[in-house]
Amino acid sequence: MNFNKIYALGLRHLYLIMNSFPRVLDLIYWPTVQIFLWGFISKFFTLNSEYYNNTVGVILTAAILYDFLFRASISFNMMFLEEIWSRNFTNLFIAPIKIREIIAALTLTAILRTLIGLVPAVLISVPLFGVSILKLGLPLIFLLLSLYLFGITLGLLVTSGLLRYGPSFENIAWASLFFLAPLGCIYYPIEILPFALQIIAKGLPLVHIFEEMRNILMTETVNYLNIFKSIIISVIYFFLGVVVFYLSYFGAKKRGTLINMGE
Amino acid sequence: MFIEIKELSKFYNNSLAVNKISFEVYKNKTLGLLGPNGCGKTTTIGMILGLVSPSEGEILIENKNINKFKRDEILRRFNFASPYVELPKKLTVKQNLEIYGRLYGVGNLNYRINEISNDLDIKNFFNKKTGELSSGQKNRVSLAKSLINKPEILLLDEPTASLDPDIGDFIRSYIQEYKSKNKVTILLASHNMGEVERLCDSIIMMKKGKIIDNGTCEELIKKHGRNNLEETFLKLARSKDEF
Repeated sequence: MNFNKIYALGLRHLYLIMNSFPRVLDLIYWPTVQIFLWGFISKFFTLNSEYYNNTVGVILTAAILYDFLFRASISFNMMFLEEIWSRNFTNLFIAPIKIREIIAALTLTAILRTLIGLVPAVLISVPLFGVSILKLGLPLIFLLLSLYLFGITLGLLVTSGLLRYGPSFENIAWASLFFLAPLGCIYYPIEILPFALQIIAKGLPLVHIFEEMRNILMTETVNYLNIFKSIIISVIYFFLGVVVFYLSYFGAKKRGTLINMGE
Repeated sequence: MFIEIKELSKFYNNSLAVNKISFEVYKNKTLGLLGPNGCGKTTTIGMILGLVSPSEGEILIENKNINKFKRDEILRRFNFASPYVELPKKLTVKQNLEIYGRLYGVGNLNYRINEISNDLDIKNFFNKKTGELSSGQKNRVSLAKSLINKPEILLLDEPTASLDPDIGDFIRSYIQEYKSKNKVTILLASHNMGEVERLCDSIIMMKKGKIIDNGTCEELIKKHGRNNLEETFLKLARSKDEF
């Protein structure tokens, strides 16, 4: 790994953000709207639901964590799509940068885009709704790590599709997370799902992350086994995502789609 | 022999884009790749750049198969410019050159950016976003990017397409001058016959994925009994596969 090249690719996306105020605004706008919407929903359920009784902000915390996952995945996809939209794709893929360095650069830079969007939203949730995700304590770091890895994995799978099918795969980029959301048990316990879907859901890290988040906030105890499970599952999916990306890259070379990307 | 292409073919599903082509490029020489649209020039360039995997045949650089090199090791020696490939539009000219300089591992980058920018006269729009430039300005910036690493092998795909005669001449003169001062092997795909005559030491003519003729411009003009390369091109392009 050459960190100068990873830095160079990161710098390309940093310059892109710095050069465009509307882009920064766009990054902040959606998470903030989400916080407002789920903040009010959370407040309503806290006051009127037996399940959430007296537990302020469970839903809002879930919404923030889900948005973190969503932003991480979308950031990864967006940075890749930027290369296609700007017709810079060929220049990037003929530069002396290894494929694993491209993946590393996108993975590391996605965190920046994610945080630009999410930090202001998280900060306003404290005075507006009295909810702070920091209430999750030290486990928050591990939950975020697991979410981030899974978000990047989804990004890798979508970009693999872009390499395989070209820019027409773009719509899937936006739809990918909504497809998994029902199985992620973000706002409800896993028992709500039919038994067959529960088995599938347990194969995703999301269930373990959001179950544990609810457990911490509602019982004030931490089950590290759940967190460990979520990280292990995320790491496995991440490596699978990398393998799929490499296969798509070699497949694209064979089909010649790299040379026409963006046209 | 610097670059040797041996029996190179590319199939896309059932269609044959490049059909067993073989040619050589000598060190520090310029080879012109000519042919009508869809004759396989871009696929050939794509295979040399590693963007397309050949179905058959091999590409040798200094007698070593290109696949035996590490990806970054070989690509560091190459660069490419084409008006059909752009640099990020929202980044300034300077930012783009900085990023590509870093990606190519260029030492003393500020000096190199300064040097190439002066040579190509792009300093006066250095801080302008690339997407806001005119075609002529974009082409010069694209050429600057392709020379940022002082490549040993430069691939140019229609470097002066859609440029006015003045800017086109500026680019051609610059390439000529650059070649005289630097050690660079150039593969030039172009539809501008004047440009090919001016810049290329030899040419190959492609049609329907095959090489149908090759030689110096003078040799081909003489061989086909025409007055210039344009007429020779037309004769070969319109011929009925007798070559």
